[in-house]
Amino acid sequence: MIPSMAVSHHRHVQSKGWGRLVLIGLAVGLGVLLLAVPLAVIFAHAFARGWEAWWHTVSSPDTVQALWLSLFTVAVVVPINAIYGLSVAWAVTKFRWQGKKWLVSLVELPFSMSPIVAGVACLMVYGSSGLLGGVLETLDLKVMFAVPGIVIATLFVTSPFIARELIPLMRLQGTEEEEAAQVLGAGGWWTFLAVTLPNIKWALFYGLILCAARALGEFGAVSVVSGHIRGETNTLPLHIDLLYHDYDGSGAFAAASVLTLLALVTVVLKILVEGKGKPQE
Amino acid sequence: MKTRTLAAALILTLSLGTGAAQAEDKVPADILNVSYDISRELFAQINPAFQAKWRKDTGQSIEVKQSHGGSSKQARSILEGLPADVVTFNQVTDVQVLADKGFVRADWQQAYPNSASPFYSLPAFLVRKGNPKNIKSWDDLVRSDVKVVFPNPKTSGNARYTYLAAYAFALEKFGGDQVQAKDFIRRLLANVPVFDTGGRGATTTFVERETGDVLISFEAEVKGIQKEYGTDKVEVVIPPVSLLAEFPVAVVDKVAEKRGSRKIASAYLGYLYSDEAQDILAKNYNRVSNPKIAEKYKAQFPNVRLYTVELFGGWDNIRKIHFAEGGILDQVFEKK
Repeated sequence: MIPSMAVSHHRHVQSKGWGRLVLIGLAVGLGVLLLAVPLAVIFAHAFARGWEAWWHTVSSPDTVQALWLSLFTVAVVVPINAIYGLSVAWAVTKFRWQGKKWLVSLVELPFSMSPIVAGVACLMVYGSSGLLGGVLETLDLKVMFAVPGIVIATLFVTSPFIARELIPLMRLQGTEEEEAAQVLGAGGWWTFLAVTLPNIKWALFYGLILCAARALGEFGAVSVVSGHIRGETNTLPLHIDLLYHDYDGSGAFAAASVLTLLALVTVVLKILVEGKGKPQE
Repeated sequence: MKTRTLAAALILTLSLGTGAAQAEDKVPADILNVSYDISRELFAQINPAFQAKWRKDTGQSIEVKQSHGGSSKQARSILEGLPADVVTFNQVTDVQVLADKGFVRADWQQAYPNSASPFYSLPAFLVRKGNPKNIKSWDDLVRSDVKVVFPNPKTSGNARYTYLAAYAFALEKFGGDQVQAKDFIRRLLANVPVFDTGGRGATTTFVERETGDVLISFEAEVKGIQKEYGTDKVEVVIPPVSLLAEFPVAVVDKVAEKRGSRKIASAYLGYLYSDEAQDILAKNYNRVSNPKIAEKYKAQFPNVRLYTVELFGGWDNIRKIHFAEGGILDQVFEKK
């Protein structure tokens, strides 16, 4: 790789197209090698024993339940994160106040933290020997090793996605339009709905999609708090892991192909949204 | 529409559930068996059989739910509130953790036959098709031309059994000489090109990355791997000497008491010793003590001279002498 880079740099002086060609070749080559090949392998393995075997795994009650739980988690997590992301971005970009920088750093913290740490942290708060463990037990509320725990852990990990998409754009847009609306007599909510929201809608969609994709695939944090109860608290990624460790390779790949298909749906949505968002900037 | 029916069903079950609980003095309709990570297929066969038997005996329909994960992680989860009625683990020490914290009664090993271990297994070998390096016993694993694959004994219970089985073999070979036994283990560890953290990782290294000449894991597991990857790729070799690996079970008293599930939980663990369950266990390559079933599957299980962990003075001593910080494992690892 390094020698070819050197060559491309050298030739760059003589022919403009050469370096570009090598770089494009590298990007495409690596993309195929690192992404397309493993993806193709998943589907090849998934269907290695035929459609019927694939359908047998995919339609088994445990896989179906795992799929529902994953989709349910996404359905709960994404709206909550949207509200959270909007309020954070709104507060940070439209107002001046002390400690703004701290809030932005705090919002981005889950990005730099390993999901497993997030999971353990949840356990330390909501587990039986955790901070709120006693209270939850007296109230007979099950949080850890149940669906609420999975939602909380996923929320933690995916919380920065929407805020991170919105903050740079809203900062760029500034507050002039909002100020104009206020001068013209619009209230806070009306300003938000009629001025801010239309301006950021594509970035918001983009954030929603990223957030959904990440929530769907989250493994580490959820693995700590799920309890792995088959047919109850296993999400799709956990279910794939279980099948794989149990020497049911083809079953694991069949389930993985479903998760991959869902991921591809989010990718397509993302491309569509990107196309829409562009002319605005 | 689907969600609405789902929600309706949920409310219905909830209300029915509380009603039934009050009427029948808190007898739940399900129990949770928290188990180790590779027992899914096994309990998927045992549980329906138990459920059918329970329905026949009592008229009550119940469900045995399963949770699978590394057994140390599972024990940790139970301490943090995972409501396990019973545990079926592959490590005595992980049940002991629960006993130490008062989740399981202190004398749990006396609660069921064979130290509360309804089946057992032993570290065995998986070699490449045709056994090209002619590997028959532990002695062959320290040969300079043999590469051995098993997970890191620091992180994997499975590998701890491998370590102890090799140690037991060495003690036998050198007439109990600790210095020579330690040297044997040092040579064995030096032959391992890569230490994965768990059994599954080691399997991938051996079968898919085609690294090493022999993989060591439980007999039931190497036979399972052979089934998954095919006899045209790998072969099972059972060494003449090995170590008995227990698969301990216990009722989690703290949870069973609270949920009122003790009767079902105890019956479930008792059932694992019945002819019916022992047959399923043996069919899945686990060794059982039930004489009738052991006789039936005799051909499947070659004779092995088995040591037990008592050779090392029990798990407490093993932990202190071998696996603690600065223990024998650390010493021989360092010399590598």
